[in-house]
Amino acid sequence: MSDIPDTTPKAGTPEPGPASAPGLGRRRALMLAPLGLAVAGGAGFYAMLRGMGTGTYDPRGVPSALVGRAAPPFALPPLEAAGLPAFANTDLTALPGPVLVNFWASWCVPCIIEHPQLMQLSREGVKVLGINYKDKPADAATFLTRHGNPFARLGRDEPGRVAIDWGVYGVPETYLLDRGGIIRWRWAGPVTPEVLEQDIRPLLKRHA
Amino acid sequence: MIAELGHFALALAMALALAQSVLPLWGAARGDARLMASGAPLALGMLLACLAAFGALLYVFAVNDTSVAGVVQNSHSAKPMLYKLAGSWGNHEGSMVLWVLILALCGGAVAAFGRRLPSALQARVLGVLGLVAVGFLAFILATSNPFNRVWPPPADGNGLNPVLQDPGLAFHPPLLYLGYVGFAVTFAFAVAALLEGRVDAAWGRWVRPWALAAWAFLTLGIALGSWWAYYELGWGGYWFWDPVENASLLPWLAGTALLHSAIVVEKREALKVWTVLLALLAFALSLLGTFLVRSGVLNSVHAFANDPERGVFILVLLAIYIGGAFALFAWRAPSMAPTGVFAPLSREGGLVLNNLLLCSMAAVVLTGTLWPMFADLLFQQKISVGPPFFNTAILPLAVPLVLAMAAGPLLPWKRAKLWPVLQRLWWAALLAGAALALCFFLAGARIGPALGFGAAAWLIAGAAADIIDRIALFRRPSAALSRARGLPRAAWGAAMAHAGLGVSIAGMAGMGLATDKLVALAPGGSTTLAGYEWRLDQVGDVVGPNWTARRATVTVRRDGATVTIMHPERRFFALARMTTTEAAIHTTWLSDLYLVLGEEEGGRAVLRIHHNPMAPWIWLGAAFMALGGGISLSDRRVRVSAPGAKRATGAAGAPA
Repeated sequence: MSDIPDTTPKAGTPEPGPASAPGLGRRRALMLAPLGLAVAGGAGFYAMLRGMGTGTYDPRGVPSALVGRAAPPFALPPLEAAGLPAFANTDLTALPGPVLVNFWASWCVPCIIEHPQLMQLSREGVKVLGINYKDKPADAATFLTRHGNPFARLGRDEPGRVAIDWGVYGVPETYLLDRGGIIRWRWAGPVTPEVLEQDIRPLLKRHA
Repeated sequence: MIAELGHFALALAMALALAQSVLPLWGAARGDARLMASGAPLALGMLLACLAAFGALLYVFAVNDTSVAGVVQNSHSAKPMLYKLAGSWGNHEGSMVLWVLILALCGGAVAAFGRRLPSALQARVLGVLGLVAVGFLAFILATSNPFNRVWPPPADGNGLNPVLQDPGLAFHPPLLYLGYVGFAVTFAFAVAALLEGRVDAAWGRWVRPWALAAWAFLTLGIALGSWWAYYELGWGGYWFWDPVENASLLPWLAGTALLHSAIVVEKREALKVWTVLLALLAFALSLLGTFLVRSGVLNSVHAFANDPERGVFILVLLAIYIGGAFALFAWRAPSMAPTGVFAPLSREGGLVLNNLLLCSMAAVVLTGTLWPMFADLLFQQKISVGPPFFNTAILPLAVPLVLAMAAGPLLPWKRAKLWPVLQRLWWAALLAGAALALCFFLAGARIGPALGFGAAAWLIAGAAADIIDRIALFRRPSAALSRARGLPRAAWGAAMAHAGLGVSIAGMAGMGLATDKLVALAPGGSTTLAGYEWRLDQVGDVVGPNWTARRATVTVRRDGATVTIMHPERRFFALARMTTTEAAIHTTWLSDLYLVLGEEEGGRAVLRIHHNPMAPWIWLGAAFMALGGGISLSDRRVRVSAPGAKRATGAAGAPA
């Protein structure tokens, strides 16, 4: 848009005449300016979209304060209907290898989208630990019977207190913890197949 | 079944759009009249297919068909019918269908009412519109099918975000899209002109009504969104410089510049290349808004779900349309010889100033909106550009714009002298000074609001001075009435729109004097604000169709007399587990009493009380501006239908 002050007076000035080559050359350069700006902007947007895929660009601008630290302490009741053990922060250090902690709810549609990826990870032996956020036990149990249960442990955070301690932005949200129980990575939004391949697998390898 | 028919109708629309984008353009390039003539029926056919698809979408939402994913995610059987229907376009997929339907409506209008256009121009315009439709239909079909099924179907849907269940918001997107997509038509005219390598006065006359219509709808859409934010979000604000709001303001600024520069093309055959660029820019900025809102690159409360995959698709579409149009511009525009010499002090000189200032504003808003994103990308810096930046950067541009706005319409074409214009405006200047002084006197040394009231008085009086001058009210009072009747409606429309902005500015200035107070009251307790006494009578429970609420009863008294009884609510939507505040607003037209109910604790209810002087004027002014556009449009109709001969009479059925 920087060309605005230049173009307008030109349109108003007396005709330079088709013969004046430098005048025409300047005109040509000016007329290229919108295209140049649009291309530069487009390249920037493309870089942002790429960065969103790889996690280097996060428009939500909430880098977790917890990355590099241990999980805040909690002890959550189990979901009896699912027959899963309860979940407390002490469980995080007891497990061998890196683990994922997934905040989810039966009323959350993106959670359905990410569920197949969680199922796949659990089939491959990755420990996925669930925290059921602001949900009714019966609804959560129905969700798991319908879509499958990827969780090794499951805690019920019906008041949403633990989510506040973790700084959860909204469900679904997934954290990766290394074998020492230190949070290494956080993802706000559904675990899509792309996130699984481009983020989670390399991280699992790195912290194995 | 109906969902599959809708899906099929979208595919059919895609096929027709493909034909519409190839055949007429090819025909225009080869001079083949039959191929060119195929554009209109194809456009009408595509319109029918899009109507069928949208009808199917409305149907599945109306009957709450829970085997359709969009219904499951956005609707619920217990929702009132209006919001069931509004829910069909309240989400990403459905809103794209509405977007394409409006594009098809525009194409249909060009096909049906544009018979008097030169056939090559009409064919090219329809071809370009078809091209735009192909891209967005492909986007819908490939990434955002609104008719996707879910299996097994759940018993009921998840409900629509309660904040969106509001009549104001139900009509906000359609109006906004009418504006955005309306600029697709001016874009198509600009591309057609570049293809033909010719821009003349007639072109300016055809472009202007479209620019006007799109601008008027966009004005209404933005105003409705701002009004909704004011009464629904319960913050008492009306404009937040949120990136998504800015995304709608950008095409509005470019469109405002466009409809003014098109006048210069029409009357003086000057500023042609610039006007073509503005027409491209207005639509480019509309598309940029679509990209920002739907790709997830933006951090905003308004943005749709974060989905980079869709973002890449839209970015490719943008690259094709915007990149292609700008490349065509760079190639063809230099050969369009600049014509028209004019003095800086003339009507056209004033319109150039208008364009410079409006485009500078657009540049400021664009920079402020995109800079945080690019700073994050390039320097890994999280910065936020907020209202202080926009307010300080816009003000120095707005002041000269307002000053020139009242004088511009009084300037004659070609060459003008400043003195006679100032002579006709002296009383407007006097009124503006009086308003400024009065504000200082009543409200103390508050520069912003005082300037605002001065500007408002200047604009409203300036518009009146323009009309008074044209009908020679004081020079020849006896003939004034007949002159008023003979005055072109475009002049009435322009005065109306300019005065409308003055009314809006008065509202904003008034909001600058707003006062508020946060109090915790037990029933029976009272407080005072802005000369009113506010007494909390009681807080009780109420039940709505899909919510329960706590409702307060507050009696507002002034000088012992009851002014009004207000009922602010906190609604709890069980399904979405969300609470919304329903502010209670009592308007006297000169001010709003605005009341929000907060949390309750220990028998006390928290009340937030606002006194917003002049607030309704903000949206009233926007309505005047859109009405001015409509009045101006009803005038153009006569001229547009017969572009060859100015002022031909008896012509009907013009594009508008």
